[in-house]
Amino acid sequence: MKLTREQVRHVATLAHLALSPEEEAKMQEQLSAILEAVETLRELDTAAVEPTSHAASAVGGWREDTVQPSLPAEKALANAPARVGTSFAVPRILE
Amino acid sequence: MKLTDLSLLELGRRLAAGEASSVEAVQACLERIRRLDGRVKAFLLVDEKGALAQAEAADARRRSGTPKGPLDGVPVALKDLFCTEGLATTAGSRILEGFVPPFDATVVQLLKAAGLPILGKLNMDEFAMGSSTENSAYFPSANPWDLTRSPGGSSGGSAAAVSARFAFGALGTDTGGSIRQPAALTGTVGLKPTYGRVSRYGVVAFASSLDQVGPLARTVGDAAALLQVLAVHDARDSTSSREVAPDYLRHLDAGVDGLRLGMPREYFEVEGLDPEVRSAVEAAAAAYQKLGATLVPISLPHTKYALATYYLVAPAEASSNLARYDGVRYGLRVAAPGLREMYAQTRGRGFGPEAKRRIMLGTYALSAGYYDAYYLKAQKVRTLIRQDFAQAWQKVDAILAPTAPTTAFKLGEKVGDPLAMYANDIFTLPCSLAGLPGMSLPCGFSRAGLPIGLQLLGKPFDEATVLRVGRAFEKAHDFVRVPPVGGA
Amino acid sequence: MGASDFQAVIGLEVHGQLLTESKIFCGCSTRFGAAPNANTCPVCLGMPGSLPVLNAKVVEFAVRAGVALGCRINERSIWSRKNYFYPDLPKGYQISQYDLPLCEHGALVIDVDGVEKRIGIRRIHLEEDAGKNIHDAGGGESLVDLNRAGVPLTEIVSEPDLRSSEEAGEYLKALRDVLVYLGVNDGNLEEGSFRCDANVSVMRRGATEFGTRAELKNINSFRFVRQAIDYEIARQVALLESGGKVLQQTRLWDPSRGETRSMRSKEEAHDYRYFPEPDLPPLLVPEGMVERERTELPELPREKLQRFQADFSLSAYDARILVADRALADFFEAVWKHYGGSAKKLANWFTGELQRLLNEEGAGLGTLKFPPQHFAELLKLVDAAEVSANAAKDVFAEMFRTGQPPRSIVDARGLGLEKDTTAVEVVVDAVLAANPEEVAKYRAGKKQVLGFLVGQVLKGMKGKGNPAQVNALLKARLGE
Repeated sequence: MKLTREQVRHVATLAHLALSPEEEAKMQEQLSAILEAVETLRELDTAAVEPTSHAASAVGGWREDTVQPSLPAEKALANAPARVGTSFAVPRILE
Repeated sequence: MKLTDLSLLELGRRLAAGEASSVEAVQACLERIRRLDGRVKAFLLVDEKGALAQAEAADARRRSGTPKGPLDGVPVALKDLFCTEGLATTAGSRILEGFVPPFDATVVQLLKAAGLPILGKLNMDEFAMGSSTENSAYFPSANPWDLTRSPGGSSGGSAAAVSARFAFGALGTDTGGSIRQPAALTGTVGLKPTYGRVSRYGVVAFASSLDQVGPLARTVGDAAALLQVLAVHDARDSTSSREVAPDYLRHLDAGVDGLRLGMPREYFEVEGLDPEVRSAVEAAAAAYQKLGATLVPISLPHTKYALATYYLVAPAEASSNLARYDGVRYGLRVAAPGLREMYAQTRGRGFGPEAKRRIMLGTYALSAGYYDAYYLKAQKVRTLIRQDFAQAWQKVDAILAPTAPTTAFKLGEKVGDPLAMYANDIFTLPCSLAGLPGMSLPCGFSRAGLPIGLQLLGKPFDEATVLRVGRAFEKAHDFVRVPPVGGA
Repeated sequence: MGASDFQAVIGLEVHGQLLTESKIFCGCSTRFGAAPNANTCPVCLGMPGSLPVLNAKVVEFAVRAGVALGCRINERSIWSRKNYFYPDLPKGYQISQYDLPLCEHGALVIDVDGVEKRIGIRRIHLEEDAGKNIHDAGGGESLVDLNRAGVPLTEIVSEPDLRSSEEAGEYLKALRDVLVYLGVNDGNLEEGSFRCDANVSVMRRGATEFGTRAELKNINSFRFVRQAIDYEIARQVALLESGGKVLQQTRLWDPSRGETRSMRSKEEAHDYRYFPEPDLPPLLVPEGMVERERTELPELPREKLQRFQADFSLSAYDARILVADRALADFFEAVWKHYGGSAKKLANWFTGELQRLLNEEGAGLGTLKFPPQHFAELLKLVDAAEVSANAAKDVFAEMFRTGQPPRSIVDARGLGLEKDTTAVEVVVDAVLAANPEEVAKYRAGKKQVLGFLVGQVLKGMKGKGNPAQVNALLKARLGE
């Protein structure tokens, strides 16, 4: 499976990754090689096979509906690149 | 014998007997790190003050007869993938540079509760993606056995630190071999427990259905003792097992007499398996026979599909797990006038080439029109790989295999060729995809003096047998050695 | 061709906040009104390494809703990740259900112009809410508050069975009433704890295939639901009639302009890359939960409404008011059980005095100081002519204020009607003596004067007079 440059750009857009033209070229080449290598899976007939979507066999425990202390705002926002008051600030969202 | 050369269990015994103090042990480690880590570059961050304070507290508890446990005061170190409250956690990435978590990972809490001082945070491939530490955004680590070579990865810093005697043990994570492969390449013991055995809470996620925390240690006994601290159900991780862990040290020396050890044909037929590695593993198999085990030839027919399966499943999960690094709440932000530009620039600059490659691959494998052909297909083949093992367990108690196809490779050797790098994991991936426990332990040295790893795989939640089988070999053929660390 | 040549096809997607104390995957509070990001922790902030753990109550509430809406409850359902980037979505994905939801194949019966109509419910699934972006901050920035991130939601998706904005409105009201009755949602559209998106398409009458649909968002009142759908139907019909094509798109309802307009795409390409959430095992409904919810299911509003009309002979209007609030309906039945008199009379007290006092105090039924027996007792006193209807209102107000039993209030304030006929006769005679002109008029045939005389007697008796008794005595004295 060879990826086109357009496909690389589309995937980069979905993933929100800015790629330089050099990176795009390299990505196109390397991803194509990897996708070619994984073609081997097509040899297998898996029509009747259930996918393994979960690795754990154990049933997860649930929480009781009780309120636990939240983080103090200063801790919640301590790593924020930008903030206003106790809100995170981002470049203006245009709808 | 130098204090730093003791095993973790032996140091624990001496601390209990009052023959050594935790402060002495921590200082000895710090001194060695100061002297030698400039060459090895195992640590991203050394927390001298924190470790010494914890050591002093441990000594006080020992003096007052109230130790927290047998390992109270034994210093260890952490792969920089574990969140540590108040201590920077980078996951080896620029995008998390300067991130200081407001909480401890559950395993960090468990180590603290058991009294183990934490020396610092260890280098790794960015977001645990890699097999050499060369994908660290900061610097590659070196193999203490040959500083021009890689210690493996992604827990390369952890393996190097344990091998170089900077710490008495370390925590790593293993998604496709990231504990076992570096252990093999550095002559240390690395144990990946069963998926669900150890909590993942607070462990920066790479591929959630595969990630598992485990110890890197100098001996099998040390690995067992560390696992004992970690193997606790955690209500904060929905995939954490409720199965109560057995006493891993109790039957450690029970030997292998009467055990059936599987030799999977496919593992020994792999092209690219270094003849020296092959003969060392076969010699280990012969040794087991002498110790009373029965070798059983088995087949794991879908082994050759593991690599392709893994390189679809893991990147798919990673592409989603790494979406949270968006410059909004923590970590790097590259200023840009608009939101979309900020996202793309932050992530474009914050992630290294391997992380970007996997995000791209995973995004593609999940995207409309390709999901069935790639992601779903891989999850189905994963079922077949699990079934291979399920059938094997009808015949054998544990499986014996090489850990890595070669000994430590040169830094820079494979860095430009992702597929060659991925091929390092062929022997460790099937176990990860099946969620099984696996361990690597030293089983010899190449003519060039590089360590070779033997891999043991066990049934789900049967770490005890894996450890016992490993211990039997280690007892008969001790390959625990202190590396030269560049002739120091 | 005109609009009548077209048939609208509408399906609603309703997001209801489940009334839990804590969030769906962490222990943070779900309460409104906290300072920005005060209700956050590593899990709902999407910190590295944090993991979700399911709130058991969320499953219970959703199963209850599923049972009430006649759904099949899947013993095993799957969590999925819906991947997209937005500042209010801290992990870069929303944990939701996709392939295999918790509930499927239900229905809700509504009344349209007195005719029953069954609206299919395609699925009910669970998911986490996003946070809030505040766009109108100055300085070219938007602000992000993650207090709502992780608040539990059910998404209830109807089949495209609705054919008009009226039907959509009825469905939405009926659905809200059910959820509120179940105690799983507060039904508040304005605060966003009950939200609605509408999928609207039109097709020519007689056509077998649905037209291309538009998804309408931001419809946060019942009135807007109807307005937005009507606007959209008209827009699509006009488009088709002028030879245009309807595009599949998301459109935002703008209430200030009364129109829908195309939204600039939130995600450049709508490719959510759903896949099973590896951090959460499949949701297995505990054995017995469905059965227990089925057994404990309360009477639902529609059935209650029908029963109130049938059993109590109430008008549809009265019954609707009583049934609108489950607690009010329960209280009505409790009082009636002790009273046993005219249900209409009781209903009048409920829609009159009780509502008035509750409204004045801004209080809920939960704060009532008197038990249903006392309410019933007061009505019996009125029926037995021991207290006048007017005085009873005062007694009720005092019951409401103090919680005293009606009998003690009547006695303490001397509000009981005079039973001693002699005492009444004294006042009657005095009134007749003082009003000779009126007496003459009455005897001359102007019978309406009697009302004035009765009023004079009652006034003289300072509220203790029984109008019927006074009436009878006056007539007797006036020679009838």
